[in-house]
Amino acid sequence: MRYIPHTPEDIRQMLSAIGVEKVEDLFSPVPEKVRLKRDMELPGPFSEAELLMEIKRLSRANAEVDSTTSFLGGGAYNHFIPAVVDHLISRSEFYTAYTPYQPEISQGTLQMIFEYQSLICQLTGMEVANASMYDGATACAEAVLMAVRTTRRKKVLISAGLHPEWRRTVETYCRYLELELHSVPLDEAGQTDAAVLESLLDSETACLVAGYPNFFGVIENLEALFVKAAAKGALGVAAVQEPVALGLLKSPGELGADIVVGEGQSFGIPLSFGGPGLGFFAAKEKLMRTMPGRLVGRTRDLDGNPGFVLTLATREQHIRREKATSNICSNQGLCALMAAIYLCLVGKRGLRDLASQNLAKAAYAKERLCALPGVSMVYTGATFNEFALKVEGDLEALLEKLAGRKLLAGIHLRRFDAARAGQLLVCVTEQNSREQIDALVDAMAGGMQ
Amino acid sequence: MEFPEDFYYTEEHEWISIAGDIATVGITDFAQDALGDVVFVELPEVGAKLVAGKPFGVVESVKAVSDIYSPLTGEVLEVNEELPDTPELVNSSPYEDAWMVKIQIANRDELGELLDADAYKAFVEQQ
Repeated sequence: MRYIPHTPEDIRQMLSAIGVEKVEDLFSPVPEKVRLKRDMELPGPFSEAELLMEIKRLSRANAEVDSTTSFLGGGAYNHFIPAVVDHLISRSEFYTAYTPYQPEISQGTLQMIFEYQSLICQLTGMEVANASMYDGATACAEAVLMAVRTTRRKKVLISAGLHPEWRRTVETYCRYLELELHSVPLDEAGQTDAAVLESLLDSETACLVAGYPNFFGVIENLEALFVKAAAKGALGVAAVQEPVALGLLKSPGELGADIVVGEGQSFGIPLSFGGPGLGFFAAKEKLMRTMPGRLVGRTRDLDGNPGFVLTLATREQHIRREKATSNICSNQGLCALMAAIYLCLVGKRGLRDLASQNLAKAAYAKERLCALPGVSMVYTGATFNEFALKVEGDLEALLEKLAGRKLLAGIHLRRFDAARAGQLLVCVTEQNSREQIDALVDAMAGGMQ
Repeated sequence: MEFPEDFYYTEEHEWISIAGDIATVGITDFAQDALGDVVFVELPEVGAKLVAGKPFGVVESVKAVSDIYSPLTGEVLEVNEELPDTPELVNSSPYEDAWMVKIQIANRDELGELLDADAYKAFVEQQ
């Protein structure tokens, strides 16, 4: 964005156009007695050099993944971002266009979104994907609303393995809709309990939402769950908080999912202290008309040349108003662009290799940590790059001690559920070296003594 | 443009054919002509309770999306299951193949509110 200052002549012309003499006259409707009749007591402007120094001083107070050793996951993942991503998104063709409602001037942005949608379809095993949503949590809530809309049923089953913040977002979206939300507990493996699911499913059930992998890193047996749901006419919704896992796992589509949503931050989007994220949303073609958000389609112009346009817009609020499939969504154009560039860059094999590395490093960490006395797994099920540990002793004190040494060992799950005091969610990605993992193990061993 | 004599009509451009206590509902020739090529039809489920004057479905053409209003109050007995897969029937056969729902008439007094073919034809000519 360029900063173009006004000259005194510009200001004079603007003021005379509206018939006032000075800028202060614009405030005349504000009562005299509430006006500040002196300058604000602010420090004077910094020079460029001073400003840089001050900002650097402030930024040193941040804990960044570059300056700490981080094993934090829980919905936001530390993956390597190739420099190409930043370079390409900085092209003004991409970052100036907002919503491409005029296809004649937006072909670049529209083609990019179409390619992003195609990548998401390949990744999830679905037939149609939208142009993206705010983040994984809101995409998940939209999936629940869509399932309710499609099935015209009011009961929603949510696996206890769904990210707790996503669950809260679903609750917020559903608050005034008179829906019944039920939780399906996890079994010893950390997978959604199939027997309990069976007992909760009935002809009023709109959908089952399950994480893949789930919040505790466990890989759900989606096929078994979705077969049971489908038998009662309920939709299967897979919620993917770490989509790198899809480089190795069978796609939710192959396992019977009707809707697949997730968080795309792992694909080339920096952690940025919690946002912005990228919600991806994909479904089977038969559900296309009830999908929320924008869709870009490929078509041909009058001369037969291929081109891209927004399509099926009659679902959307600028046409259908309060009857739109969603009145609370937008697309994350720039973040979708990052993800599209990232996925094209790593490619099919690259994503598989990346996922394998994550799996192998996490398995190594898991094995070494669980060999420590007083440390064990919470669940027995297979995990991807994240896993929940039971740690004896004062976990909070231990984590604080390690944080003082710039080592962030994981997330204490007590912050989501008091019953999970002493449980630690550890995430290991390709960014964590073997030395870092060994250091974590040593620090945990030392810290617990 | 056709206005079958034995049908009832509404100002929202629905037609109603009565057989005993059962009303069959669709949209008129005038409506389909104004909409243009219909690409999508959304209908209620069997068992849904419709209320006179309230929307019960949606018809979408290449030009616009419109709600379909229920002309009568009553329960849906039957839905044209073929219509969602062949929405073009609304254009080619609005009064026969593109019937939308059959309703169990709950209140026969509501029939008095409907237009006959001549009244509907006059209404359309004013538009």
